[in-house]
Amino acid sequence: MSKVSINKLKKQFGDAVALEDFSLEIADGELVAFLGPSGCGKTTTLRMIAGFIEPTAGSIHIGETDVTNLPVHKRNTGMVFQRYALFPHMTVAQNVSFGLEMHNVSGKERDSRIATALDMVRMTSFRDRYPRQLSGGQQQRVAIARALAIQPKVFLLDEPLSNLDAKLRVEVREEIRSLQQNLGLTTVFVTHDQEEALAISDRMAIMYNGRVQQIGSPKELYDSPSNHFVADFLGRMSFFKGNLVANGRFVSEAGTNIQVASGQKVGRIGIRPERINVGAHPESDNVFDGWVESAAYLGSLIDIRLRLQGGDILNLHVPNNASSANTAIAPGSPLVASFRSSDCVLFAE
Amino acid sequence: MSSVAASNISAATAPKVRRRVRWSSLLHRVFVCMMYFFMLSPLIFVVWMSFFVDAIPHFPPSGYTLKWYESAWQNSSFMNGLVLSFQVAAVASITGVILGVAAALGIVRNGFLGSKFVNTLLLSPLLIPGIVAGIAIYLFYMRAENVLDTDIVGTFGGLVIAHVCLTIPWTVRLVSTGMAGLDPSIEEAARNLGASSWAAFRRVTLPMLRPSIVAASLFSFIVSFENLELSLALVGPGKTTLPIAIMQYLEFNLDPTIAAVSAVQILLLGIVMLVTDRFVKLSQVV
Ligand SMILES: Nc1ncnc2c1ncn2[C@@H]1O[C@H](COP(=O)(O)OP(=O)(O)O)[C@@H](O)[C@H]1O
Ligand SMILES: [Mg+2]
Repeated sequence: MSKVSINKLKKQFGDAVALEDFSLEIADGELVAFLGPSGCGKTTTLRMIAGFIEPTAGSIHIGETDVTNLPVHKRNTGMVFQRYALFPHMTVAQNVSFGLEMHNVSGKERDSRIATALDMVRMTSFRDRYPRQLSGGQQQRVAIARALAIQPKVFLLDEPLSNLDAKLRVEVREEIRSLQQNLGLTTVFVTHDQEEALAISDRMAIMYNGRVQQIGSPKELYDSPSNHFVADFLGRMSFFKGNLVANGRFVSEAGTNIQVASGQKVGRIGIRPERINVGAHPESDNVFDGWVESAAYLGSLIDIRLRLQGGDILNLHVPNNASSANTAIAPGSPLVASFRSSDCVLFAE
Repeated sequence: MSSVAASNISAATAPKVRRRVRWSSLLHRVFVCMMYFFMLSPLIFVVWMSFFVDAIPHFPPSGYTLKWYESAWQNSSFMNGLVLSFQVAAVASITGVILGVAAALGIVRNGFLGSKFVNTLLLSPLLIPGIVAGIAIYLFYMRAENVLDTDIVGTFGGLVIAHVCLTIPWTVRLVSTGMAGLDPSIEEAARNLGASSWAAFRRVTLPMLRPSIVAASLFSFIVSFENLELSLALVGPGKTTLPIAIMQYLEFNLDPTIAAVSAVQILLLGIVMLVTDRFVKLSQVV
């Protein structure tokens, strides 16, 4: 495996800029997820790494080699497509064999690599079936085996799980992650599903409108989003626009006073719903009275919109545990909510 | 609970629904049978007539015989026509399919400037009356003969080239439809696994297009084999295709030899279609 260096990559389709100023270093054996809403440029970037799309500007290195102008079939990347893209006229074993034949691997070596690859994804017993005789999850496993059999320098996956149903999605995701870690694969995983990205990646790049918004570990991005888009896109957050009136004292436009950690230029603050307690918690320096505007029962938790006195809305999650089960939470009922100043995230704008 | 309620409802409404379904399906079947009869009746009558004993057919026939088949067999212009038609159709369909696949590939894949126009141009032989096209090609050949100083009209090559114009539209149509239905990421997967564009095409795309190509070959063969109008101006003395031989015979005779020749032709094309259908389900392609 190899590291990947992407430097100031740009792609323009006619006048439309699909990707701009994209720079990223992927370490050897690291899994980076590209996450963002549809149309933000994830696929375009991945396909430039694979060589299907020629960049307008910038460069891509795989290992020490500049591959920016190398044709697809000489890049030695292993790609997994959303709709599996298996060869319909070939059996499972022939599908896996294809890439090996193209790389002039023959005889015993080829047979043993086919066997290893199929074994890896637990598809050995299906080797003589045709793709149409397999379920979606099985087809995607074969596609993974086919891509890995050629021992690619980089493993590329474009929304590989989005055609699978929810349960299978988690199963195949965990399989991909454990393969990736055991084999030390340098991997780019494109998805629009944040839970998927958080669960699978070492680092993730959040993209919007053809630009990277933030790159970091799942925990860094979730706990310290660098801007409003990232905070809003990843998980839930209640936002308050306003100003610092004194150090550590924020006043929202609707007049709510909130204690925050000290910051420089602050135009907006946010708080995650799971960081808010019901009742006046002893460690919380922000305590508010409010009225429940709506409460949605989501099984493991209750999702509450709380209207504060000035009209601001606070979104909080009450876990459905033994202590909260008896609390009456109905629209219109009063509720006290509290949170720590250190849990507030500050944004410049 | 809900499934019980649902089954009650369906039990109550079932008789009415079933009766309506039965009526409409009966009507549907009658209609389909009529369509089949309408389409097949000329064929049935031709085959039937080929066994009539009378030289001038009338109903009911005074008896049945195989002598018209013998007379067709002994007629050299029919036999030579059959051989020539077969050769022309074979060469024209193979050539047309190769050119047509290449054209379809260019049109669907590259979508170059003017590809729509090229597509229409390649399909246009389907729209121009054969007799007009035949005369146009004849005039063009005369010009070309003057310039190149070789014979074209009346040669095998001249006839084949004209028939290639007939076969290309079928291939372009069928293969570009087949190609548009392919998932482009399959060929991309092949490229990603180390195949050059040519290897990806040969090992992956071409096999996936096999049904379209088989169907295109079949239809190309048939349109060439049975073509009369285009060939009329282009055949040479002593070298006529089967449809022209039939027409020439009809000018002076009206006996069931023609019916016998036609019956053999129907049989041959029927066999070709059935054999093709064993390899590729035609109803799924066309
Ligand atoms: N071949 C193309 N021609 C023109 N525009 C394109 C093409 N491919 C992608 N785009 C545009 O580039 C942007 C990014 O697309 P894409 O990378 O597919 O997004 P994502 O995979 O994040 O959903 C979109 O606005 C899309 O419309
Ligand atoms: Mg995409």
